[in-house]
Amino acid sequence: MNRHLISAADLSFADAVSILDTAEELARLAERPIPKLPTLRGRTVVNLFYEDSTRTRISFEAAAKRLSADVINFSAKGSSVAKGESLKDTALTLQAMGADAVVIRHNASGAPHRLAEWVKGSVVNAGDGTHEHPTQALLDAFTMRRRLGHLDGLNVTIVGDILHSRVARSNVWLLKTLNANVTLVAPPTLLPVAVGTWPCRVSYDLSSELKDSDVVMMLRVQHERMSEAYFPSVREYSRRYGLDSDRMALLPDHAIVMHPGPMNRGVEIAADVADSKRSTIVEQVANGVAVRMAVLYLLLGGGAAQ
Amino acid sequence: MAGPIQRPVSEISSDVAAAGDGATGDGATGAGAPGGKTVLGADEIRRALSRIGHEILERTDGGKEVVLLGIPTRGVPLARRLAARVAQTEGIDVPAGSLDITLYRDDLRLRPARALGPTEVPASGIDGKIVILVDDVLYSGRTVRAALDALGDLGRPRAVQLAVLVDRGHRELPIRADYVGKNLPTSKREAVKVLLTETDGMDSVMLQVTPGGPAGAGEGQ
Repeated sequence: MNRHLISAADLSFADAVSILDTAEELARLAERPIPKLPTLRGRTVVNLFYEDSTRTRISFEAAAKRLSADVINFSAKGSSVAKGESLKDTALTLQAMGADAVVIRHNASGAPHRLAEWVKGSVVNAGDGTHEHPTQALLDAFTMRRRLGHLDGLNVTIVGDILHSRVARSNVWLLKTLNANVTLVAPPTLLPVAVGTWPCRVSYDLSSELKDSDVVMMLRVQHERMSEAYFPSVREYSRRYGLDSDRMALLPDHAIVMHPGPMNRGVEIAADVADSKRSTIVEQVANGVAVRMAVLYLLLGGGAAQ
Repeated sequence: MAGPIQRPVSEISSDVAAAGDGATGDGATGAGAPGGKTVLGADEIRRALSRIGHEILERTDGGKEVVLLGIPTRGVPLARRLAARVAQTEGIDVPAGSLDITLYRDDLRLRPARALGPTEVPASGIDGKIVILVDDVLYSGRTVRAALDALGDLGRPRAVQLAVLVDRGHRELPIRADYVGKNLPTSKREAVKVLLTETDGMDSVMLQVTPGGPAGAGEGQ
């Protein structure tokens, strides 16, 4: 495995399976009376968050703490970044403090890649702009494998704002590596120009895709990244690309409904769908901790090869 | 029955201080490995396990409240065999599970991160039980130390005992086994290789001389 986790596209099949298998063992930790391991004692993990986040930051923090690493949380608000400090200078500061790993979320695509050139420790991408969010894709794959037993040949339909979604990008690459078939469903305005080069199918009609889907993953409409009108109205979007209970009934019996959160209930997903038995939304959060523990362990748990 | 094996602490040398226990590396399965002297054959392994099964019954008041936990990889099938042996002899069900110690190892930083083995604690738990740790080879004692740490996070057993198929000496920690299949005096240049039907297709314990010298000799996992 590489020293950094910046893109899901960098993961080989063996890397990805090793992360999922490790997470499978670590997921059982939550059932123990003492859900803590001494594995990363004395290691420092810095959470460097330039963008708001609830579940990802808490999830990484919980993962690092369960492995006994020391965690330093850094959010751009209230730090020297607000005074104009550059990413590089912040990185050098963290380097000087001896960070063994930096978990970074940044609104600029490519920030983790730049950071990896400046720090000695491992860099974990926790979401950069509209580029990638590899640990989210890993926890999604982990959730699919737990619920459905395998990933090979699964039909995964990803629906919604693909253009702004780093989750979709990471999922497309990871699921391709893991031999699942991905179909993207979105209005043409919410698909990136280069989507034709991605290893997936594209469709514009949600209902017709559902009957063959093992997994349907709904994405949030990211109003905060939208500077223009991508669709006429929220109501129209919801009717064409939202998942309500009538549409959900088109899915095969075993199919699951996923959402990376945070949800806009009533826009991309109806409230009764989000709360249904098929929904894995809460599970995804719980699985996120196990998967991030696996990533931190595999990046930091060992030493250099001898 | 093995008493404590006295070995001076000064024996710890820097090149083996980090070595784990056991002898059969995860990568060192049967294929491609050179032969070596067979120390125990299938029948001897079977008899040794039968004897250990009886000893466990004797020393735990008929196997009451006993939980067998095998240390992956080869401790796990050994624990299952012991449980079957006890069930056969005494007609009681002794729960058997597995305890992976990878995340508790003291030499994690010396090598790239390794894959985890399964940890499966029987549903009855370990609180108040007599936990018998089962491993294939007892060497430095570091694996057992890690296992004791791991147990502490799982609960509070009434007692912890240790059963091993082979004790090859060279302890680096004050640890001894309660049940030993065979005491096998070895040099640090030798590697003890345990093969089990469940993992390797045959039952055998072999002694090999490693050309690499003591640094890699018989280093576990």
